[in-house]
Amino acid sequence: MTTSGSPSGQLALEVTGIRKTFGEQEVLKGISLKAHEHDVVAILGSSGSGKSTFLRCINLLETPTAGEVRVKGELIKMGTRHGAPAPADPKQVDRIRSKLAMVFQQFNLWQHMTILENVTAAQIHVLGRGKAEAAEKAEAMLAKVGVADKRGHYPSQLSGGQQQRVAIARALAMDPEVMLFDEPTSALDPELVNEVLRVMRGLAEEGRTMLVVTHEIGFAREAANKVMFLHKGVVEDEGEPRALLANPNSERFRQFLSGSLK
Amino acid sequence: MQPVIDYLPLLLQGLATTLKLAVSTVIVGLILGLLLALAKLSPRAWLSRPAFWVTNFLRGIPEFLVLLVIYFGGTQVLGQVFGDKAPNVSPFLAGLIALGVIFGAYASETFRAAFQSVPRGQIEAGRAYGFSAWQCFRYIQMPQIWRVAIPGLGNLWQGSVKDTALVSVVGLDDVMRKAQQAAQTTREPFTFYLVASLMFLIITLISMWLIAKAEKRASRGVAGAR
Repeated sequence: MTTSGSPSGQLALEVTGIRKTFGEQEVLKGISLKAHEHDVVAILGSSGSGKSTFLRCINLLETPTAGEVRVKGELIKMGTRHGAPAPADPKQVDRIRSKLAMVFQQFNLWQHMTILENVTAAQIHVLGRGKAEAAEKAEAMLAKVGVADKRGHYPSQLSGGQQQRVAIARALAMDPEVMLFDEPTSALDPELVNEVLRVMRGLAEEGRTMLVVTHEIGFAREAANKVMFLHKGVVEDEGEPRALLANPNSERFRQFLSGSLK
Repeated sequence: MQPVIDYLPLLLQGLATTLKLAVSTVIVGLILGLLLALAKLSPRAWLSRPAFWVTNFLRGIPEFLVLLVIYFGGTQVLGQVFGDKAPNVSPFLAGLIALGVIFGAYASETFRAAFQSVPRGQIEAGRAYGFSAWQCFRYIQMPQIWRVAIPGLGNLWQGSVKDTALVSVVGLDDVMRKAQQAAQTTREPFTFYLVASLMFLIITLISMWLIAKAEKRASRGVAGAR
């Protein structure tokens, strides 16, 4: 199946059979996903469906109990430590993480750094860029998300929407292969949601590869070229957004949509 | 006034010793406190449990007693081990060890609370952007612990400055001992103890001012900070 709207580029991310168990409870029961370059995948699901855990398994903030993650064809090597699954090579994980920039629900900007420092820190310490180069890149990215005038401020002096746009600039500055958005608008006041969604739509239009865990059905319909609906740790439904959202295959997805469209 | 002027050089010598001991104590204590705090926060029980035992023990006994154990006890133990060739435990070294480990024990609790005050999401963001565990510690955790730690550490510093006076008992030539000697020779205890008090007060007042400045600097970026 060639997903419409997706100029089928190279495979950017391939996730196969991800399982995650917390104690006795299996929250992810074998989830797979392929994202080509320029794909925008919206991941929907009610709370507790495992959608955030799935996203966090991709950059190994959570260690998957089983399954494989490949970024641009490179497999993240897994081993075991004290009998539990663990990355075999922490350096490889650090390197791959820098290609999978994540945007968090709670922004997670570093509070003791200025806005500019927030966007340069990982460029300098992880990518090894020079200070001037990193600052130049940061300025450009802050301008792109419309907060360049805040470069000398601290995160606590910004509104939630501004902070989240800075977090997006921080992600963009890494020149990531794939951007991971973990409910980026869920912690925002309703009137601040749009300024963040607008930036994200812009990124989708310019062809960034994005995985977006979200409750924003409108964003999924208009900006994504693929929708994935998780329920109780399995992929309950997936497909092309407009067709699928108008006419879900799964009854549960239909219920979920009717609930959230109210 | 004349006796004070006569004895001033001696008293200032004492003051220098006092300051030297206090500053060395803080350096030893901060390093020890940081290491003990990291041990306490470790998920490995074989590391965290002994750290709690040691600090609870040290915080539970009088500081003066720790000093006596290290000075007299240390001399005795070294004597039994090395016989006649036993090295001497100097009052300064005994004071440094005693006050340093006590500072470290208290500071470990201050540091522990400070590390726990850094939101998990901050560290998670570091990891997600490819920072190694060490880089997270260095660039994200360490700069943020001072805001919470400095007030507590400031109190400990004030305490240590004053506790150096205890070390005069085992023969350290600090302000306290110099004042005592001058008081005895001149028979003017009131004058000389008052001068010693003023000297301590000057140190503590200046350090309060410096600590307040450091606190302000460490609070940058925090809403509601002065």
